[in-house]
Amino acid sequence: MAADGKAAIEVHGLAKQFGEVQAVAGVDFDVREGELFGFLGPNGAGKTTTINILTGLARPDAGTIRIAGIDCSKNPKAAQHLMGIVPDESNLYPELTGLDNLCFCGALYGMVQREREVRACELLGTFGLADAADRKFATYSRGMKRRLTIAAGITHRPPILFLDEPTTGIDVASARQVRGLIADLSRGGTTIFLTTHYIEEAERLCRRIAFIVKGRIVRTDTVEDLMRQTDGRHVVQFAVSNGAAGLCEAIRGEFPNLQCQAVKDGVIRVESSEPVRVGPLVRLLEDRGAEVAEARKVRPSLEDVFVEVTGIEAGAMKQEKEKAKMGGGA
Amino acid sequence: MKAWIAFWSILAKDLRAYYLKPPNISWGLIFPLAWTGMFFIRSGAGLDSIPALLPGVMAVSVLFGTTSLLSVTVTFEKRGRSFERLLLAPIPLELLMLAKTAGAILFGVANAFVPVVLAAFLADLSGVAWGWLIPAIVLIAVSSTFLGLFIAVSVSEVFEAQTFSNFFRFPMLFLCGLFFPIEQLPVWLRPLSYVLPLTYGADVLHGSIRGAGRLPLALDFGLLATFCVILFAVSLRNIRRKWIV
Repeated sequence: MAADGKAAIEVHGLAKQFGEVQAVAGVDFDVREGELFGFLGPNGAGKTTTINILTGLARPDAGTIRIAGIDCSKNPKAAQHLMGIVPDESNLYPELTGLDNLCFCGALYGMVQREREVRACELLGTFGLADAADRKFATYSRGMKRRLTIAAGITHRPPILFLDEPTTGIDVASARQVRGLIADLSRGGTTIFLTTHYIEEAERLCRRIAFIVKGRIVRTDTVEDLMRQTDGRHVVQFAVSNGAAGLCEAIRGEFPNLQCQAVKDGVIRVESSEPVRVGPLVRLLEDRGAEVAEARKVRPSLEDVFVEVTGIEAGAMKQEKEKAKMGGGA
Repeated sequence: MKAWIAFWSILAKDLRAYYLKPPNISWGLIFPLAWTGMFFIRSGAGLDSIPALLPGVMAVSVLFGTTSLLSVTVTFEKRGRSFERLLLAPIPLELLMLAKTAGAILFGVANAFVPVVLAAFLADLSGVAWGWLIPAIVLIAVSSTFLGLFIAVSVSEVFEAQTFSNFFRFPMLFLCGLFFPIEQLPVWLRPLSYVLPLTYGADVLHGSIRGAGRLPLALDFGLLATFCVILFAVSLRNIRRKWIV
């Protein structure tokens, strides 16, 4: 994951409007060579529009884009040669086999027959799809389709890879496998631009992250610097048998210096800038008739930073996205 | 060189995935056969009617074969988003769309020769001017394919592609002089005939098979080629406006 000083992607003042909707509103960022850069935001924040503009599928209303120093407005095809693109939906050809799909993708980038066949076999092995090489893409499982789509994006060995929601809609094991493959690509020196709504995924994989909300980047920083924001913050989570919402009000009334939130059914999250004393809280909860099954200290996560910076509940964002995905939306 | 590798791969993929599929091959054979049979029986003039019917049946086979398949395959790939993969490839849009349409052009040309092969067993085709007929068939296939492309870019659903295709195909069939001479059409309809590419293709076919062309060959070929250029240019402009937003 060696990100040196040279910029692989440079974006300045990028803007795009669809009718009355300002999809992207003056976005600036750069991605260094070899860096794994995360682009995080809720549905409709402008992530896919930004990727579409960067890759040449959409035209910006304003702004400049340079890919490896190439001005995309002047020479988009030269820039496209350096890019691998993995869209948010697996869009390979259902009637072709896995092997044929990869060979076809290699040919689109000018690879000669022998070269693309060797590369396709190598990728099928790397992505654990060698046994399914001669099966039609239409017969693949969702996780296999996702892996082959990523393989198709890197067939021509692009130095820059755009990954749009690579693990959305696939099972846990496949998602884990895909994350491992992304980490391997990054270790191999590929510059990766990753959009995701899984904050923990971005936290685990990315070196730097930009939060985008309503077409604007609200914060760009390294994961370490973003996490530093949570330094000195103490979080304790209680698992209780009933009435979490009412209990929160009681805690806030009794301990005004604590922030309390019911994160899900039966789970209360208490936050403070001082160490949280568990004893008095447990007593209060039990006095109110709740049975405390567990109380544990929680390490603040990037999700907390995201919520603080954007004001958006990460859980709601994830549910919204999954729902859209299952319904066939992007 | 690299762009041509992409060109051949797109063409080969489309031939394998769409045009050489058994249902399309059988459709490509049955459709011209059905038209030939229908007009043969309708004419009631026996085998002597074959040279007169041949231009119409060939043109219909090309027109329906190309417009149907191209508009459907492009719309299908656009719906499945696999077309995006082509748009993101580092090849010029012009070459990409030529590759995408080349399969339909070949399919159309092959369709046109199904009735010719049949006719060769039933009638004397020794008087046919093949040197004019073959280029005319190719140009009719190109213009019909580009019409299919224009239709594909104008719609978003596969069923819309079929409906919109018929909006062009059926009027063209009856107004282009293939089955009814343009002179027999009502005066107010005749100008419409002359803005249809198939009118000029039909004229070359009539001329090369029966020596019954009405316009100079150079004019027919020139106008057919012009229609090809205009339809391709308009389709490319629409792709840039609608698909690269």
